[in-house]
Amino acid sequence: MTSALVTAAQPVTTHGFLSSSGVEIAFLLVGLVTLGAAVVTVTTRQLVHAALWLVVALGGLAVEYLLLTAEFIAWVQVLIYVGSVVVLLLFGLMLTKAPIGRSPDANVPNRLPALGVAAAAAAALVWVVADAFRTTWIDLDGAPQGTTKVSGEILFRHWVLPFEALSVLLLAALVGAVVLSRLRNQQEQQEQGQQEEEQS
Amino acid sequence: MHLLYPAVLAALLFCTGLYGVLARRNAILVLMSVELMLNAVNLNLVAFDVWLRDALHAGQALTLFTIAIAAAEIGIGLAIVLLVYRNRGTADVDRLRDLKESAAAPDPDHEQKAEAAA
Repeated sequence: MTSALVTAAQPVTTHGFLSSSGVEIAFLLVGLVTLGAAVVTVTTRQLVHAALWLVVALGGLAVEYLLLTAEFIAWVQVLIYVGSVVVLLLFGLMLTKAPIGRSPDANVPNRLPALGVAAAAAAALVWVVADAFRTTWIDLDGAPQGTTKVSGEILFRHWVLPFEALSVLLLAALVGAVVLSRLRNQQEQQEQGQQEEEQS
Repeated sequence: MHLLYPAVLAALLFCTGLYGVLARRNAILVLMSVELMLNAVNLNLVAFDVWLRDALHAGQALTLFTIAIAAAEIGIGLAIVLLVYRNRGTADVDRLRDLKESAAAPDPDHEQKAEAAA
């Protein structure tokens, strides 16, 4: 009887308002690193450094997914974001001849409105979220929520049609990027040909 | 784990990305800030999916779709930015003013564009 009472009362008593379990401490520390890296990403004047700090922010988010037991999404995050998106961004920076050192014109001259909008949005969002989910806890015990097995089953049982539509979208994006890059070359060649004809 | 940790972190990351979108001039830095905002949304989706213990895991499926769409978006966006850079010689978003209405102020880019077109 008493043991049943104790186990029934267990979920209530184990949750302090800021209960300091190991997962929460790890989440908080990684979250601070992630947020700091994100802030440096949007404020640094060195363009390449911004891309590299973005790697830290996205990697920190992958660790947060791992702490939330969503393993598959964590590895997808590492593969796609850290692996390919940041590389694409670095290529973009280099192809647009980004200066390696400090670039004084990385930001708009008057940043106060942007700062005001961001601060107001942050205050409103944090206030609403904190008010709404003050007494909500995620139960991380038990089986992990996002192992590769679980993700594969739900993705190919319940979400097959959106998945296939997504593959069509990716193909369309690929073709679109190729077309965007090729059109200009043909135009340039035509223009060069016209110029040569005019000169001759 | 308290739900507030991921929710507040996602809100703050989103606002960091919002600041970056508004304050950056270089188009590629704007794209980076957009990626930060998308990642904040992903963190929210995963956290709420794990909290609700959804049988279909709609949050995680939607997160995967968001990641794929973000990859497509960054590919197309970079292609457009590179095209703009080749046409104009700049990737600053606040110097692309072709659709601005008032013709009173002379546009310094217009002459460059005319030269490039000629």
